[in-house]
Amino acid sequence: MEVVQSHRKSSSNNVIVSILPLYRSAPPLEVRLEDFEFFAIDRLRVLKGISDGLCRGKKPEEMEKLVLDLWKANMRHPQAVEEVNKDIISHFVLRLVYCRTEELRKWFLSMETTLFRHRFRWGSSEAQRALMSEFKLPYKAVSNAEFESLKDKLGQVARSMGQTLAAADAIFYKVPFEEVPDLVAGRRVFIHKGHAYVAINQVVSLVVTQFRSYLSKALILTNRKWTSTIREQEKDRLTPIVEALCTSYLGPDYSQQQEFGEISIKDIDQVAKTSFPLCMRHLFEKVKEDHHLKHGGRMQLGLFLKGVGLKLDDALAFWKAEFAPKVSAERFDKEYAYNIRHNYGREGKRTDYTPYSCQKIISVTPGIGDHHGCPYRHFSEENLRAALVRMGVSSRAVEDVMDKVHNRHYQLACTLTFEAVHGSSCDAGINHPNQYFIDSQRVLQSKNGSVA
Amino acid sequence: MTKEQADNGRDDMVIDGPGQANAVPDEFNANYLRIYYGKLFPHADMFKWMSYGNDGKHPGCDKSYFGRREFSFTLENDIYIRFQSFNSVTELENSIKEKCPFKIDIGPVYSVDPAKRHAYAQSGDNVFTPVERELVFDIDISDYDDVRYCCTGADVCLECWPLMTIAIKVIDTSLRDDFGFNHILWVYSGRRGVHCWVCDGKARRLTNEQRAAIADYFYVYKGNENSHKKISLPGLVLYPFLARSYTEVLKGFFETKLLPNQNLLASEERYEKILEMIPDASVASELRRRWQENKRASMSKDDINIVRWEQLKSILQSGKQKMQGLRRCVEEIVFSYTYPRLDMEVSKHMNHLLKAPFCVHPKTGRVCVPIDPNNCDEFDPTTVPTLSQLLEELNRGGPRQDAENEWDRTSLGESVTFFRTSFLQPLLKSCKEEIENSYNAKLQQSKNALSW
Repeated sequence: MEVVQSHRKSSSNNVIVSILPLYRSAPPLEVRLEDFEFFAIDRLRVLKGISDGLCRGKKPEEMEKLVLDLWKANMRHPQAVEEVNKDIISHFVLRLVYCRTEELRKWFLSMETTLFRHRFRWGSSEAQRALMSEFKLPYKAVSNAEFESLKDKLGQVARSMGQTLAAADAIFYKVPFEEVPDLVAGRRVFIHKGHAYVAINQVVSLVVTQFRSYLSKALILTNRKWTSTIREQEKDRLTPIVEALCTSYLGPDYSQQQEFGEISIKDIDQVAKTSFPLCMRHLFEKVKEDHHLKHGGRMQLGLFLKGVGLKLDDALAFWKAEFAPKVSAERFDKEYAYNIRHNYGREGKRTDYTPYSCQKIISVTPGIGDHHGCPYRHFSEENLRAALVRMGVSSRAVEDVMDKVHNRHYQLACTLTFEAVHGSSCDAGINHPNQYFIDSQRVLQSKNGSVA
Repeated sequence: MTKEQADNGRDDMVIDGPGQANAVPDEFNANYLRIYYGKLFPHADMFKWMSYGNDGKHPGCDKSYFGRREFSFTLENDIYIRFQSFNSVTELENSIKEKCPFKIDIGPVYSVDPAKRHAYAQSGDNVFTPVERELVFDIDISDYDDVRYCCTGADVCLECWPLMTIAIKVIDTSLRDDFGFNHILWVYSGRRGVHCWVCDGKARRLTNEQRAAIADYFYVYKGNENSHKKISLPGLVLYPFLARSYTEVLKGFFETKLLPNQNLLASEERYEKILEMIPDASVASELRRRWQENKRASMSKDDINIVRWEQLKSILQSGKQKMQGLRRCVEEIVFSYTYPRLDMEVSKHMNHLLKAPFCVHPKTGRVCVPIDPNNCDEFDPTTVPTLSQLLEELNRGGPRQDAENEWDRTSLGESVTFFRTSFLQPLLKSCKEEIENSYNAKLQQSKNALSW
């Protein structure tokens, strides 16, 4: 098996050195179907946690700790063999999940590379060396003697870059200068007689680049295989799991009533103004204005209202009343009521549909006449600015929000909006419209001593 | 240029044409050139060089190697023909003698004979592509016009030529010590600059990306009319290569030669250029004030430039200066005047054509002779042999039985000898070793494969 795993026991201290797998080929292991899904979900938590951390602009040291914590929380196993197996299996399952579109591949590549980078760094130097030879990088570790003779020059190079040669950096690798053109071009390595002396953090970049390039190609191949054979072959077994994993949202689903119990129909107008996130405010305003919403909007707003605590009867009354200028009561009962009941699990399969998460909402593309989706993503700049101002966001905060939008951090934009509107910080960030609602109500209650 | 008297009364005048049989008018023309190519140009040596040991004597030789090298000729009337290739020394020699090119350029070695390139271009697979090419550099003194006041443009004199000398020293040392190259040929470009040919196997096989990295390593002077400060040396200390260049070559040259010879601080117009480079306006004003008060040379007999430079240094390097930008200001000034200014584009691409050594420069009549980097202080561009001078020397020598080595009885002899002993012979020896080693390695490999 190509698991690049080695349980090498160092004779001196009996430590098991296990290497980072390189995921070169799919493992011929037997996996239980549940594990197939669960392992992937655990790994997905790690990757999403990384994604979240990066979006928030966490500093490198913070990321390092975050990644370690995430790994420990989700992927650790007392037995090293089990841990490695889970590591490899989960990676390959997620490859299937995330190979299917350009955007998914980009995200997965980025997160896996970041994960790899941190895991490489916290590995032992033996493990690092072994990994480098796996990549066939012609790096030789510099002996202590050679290091001593070069220490001055190495220090000089470090200081010329505004860094210092810490004891921790005393691991250097020697490699032909042609192998590290970027470092040579920037005069970031000491070169002598054709050899470049590369510091450990520079080595990390090189190894990670190799990993990334390999995984990028592998994902394309996986996608081809998926579309041509696997998806069909596995349509009754793995394919549904794979397809569901992609859109899986891993937080609370707000399908059960939360602490604030019910919202009655007469409260909606009020809470819409104070506690709805922009996406739902917009839909709400539109339904009031147009007396209609297309299907996507009805689903997004309708399920949200359910999560907020609107009971079925109130929901039916609400929509019927709003649609009344355009849709007669009979027609409403015939064409719309069924779907609303369906959403509440009273029809058909009786699935109790869960309100959409931000991730899901962001991913849809509203068409002509639609008002659902994420406004931070789809509104024109002008419209978005105007909408934010109407919500009461200060012009300074509007700029910060727009900055996030330009960088495509839509959830962060919404978080900043929340913070601006409520005057309090939202550390957890917004991941779900119902979370926005609940947090908003909490803030307002603590301010006023009552639900708005 | 002195005109020397030719001998009288010789029947076998080498020069044909009107006028006296004595002197050779100082010109550059096709007739002279024809004789030059007939008797003096070292065809065989050029062939040996370009063959890099692939002369067919060893079974490991690549017989197609020389034939895949591109040459280009610029004929009289600026007619330019590219993709010339030859399969033997005879073909090369005959073509040069017949076409009498005013300039010969050497291009890369391609994957196939350039004469056959069209056949391969059809396949669309880009099979016609450079595979080897020397690492080359081109330094032109007209790029230094802003720091030399004795000449401009194409002119060169002994006052400003030393700028080329120090460029050779800086680059040559780095190519050997830092990059580990050994087979380096420096050539006078015939008028106002120098070329460098790095011929090690490793250098010839560098990719464009690697060449760019080396060029960037050397890139310090970012010359541009728009910026006052063309050199920026951040960091607490200088990178080793820069520090070494400064202490071993640039500082001494600047302080003892360039500064006084070019009167860099003697007049307001000139010292303003230096004051502009000081980021601290108060320091600059202080110096300006002092120098304006002291327009005439001071009591001391010392050169005014040197006196003022000492004043500048003592202010900038005094312990009192804490400002970030001042830390390296003195070095930055020295670098901006003296550090080599390379033509980056020449070095970065394998397919760049460069003039062949031993060509004659049409505008000056001077031969592009090699320069010994270990003795480059002695090189004098104003005494480089010219075409007419060489022909006169040939005349004086009288007729010879054998046509071999005619160059030996002219001033060119020294250059050809140097080319052979210091460059060509060591290079060929190393090439032979390389060919042998790689041949033996292949034999060993196939033996190992068979022994299964």
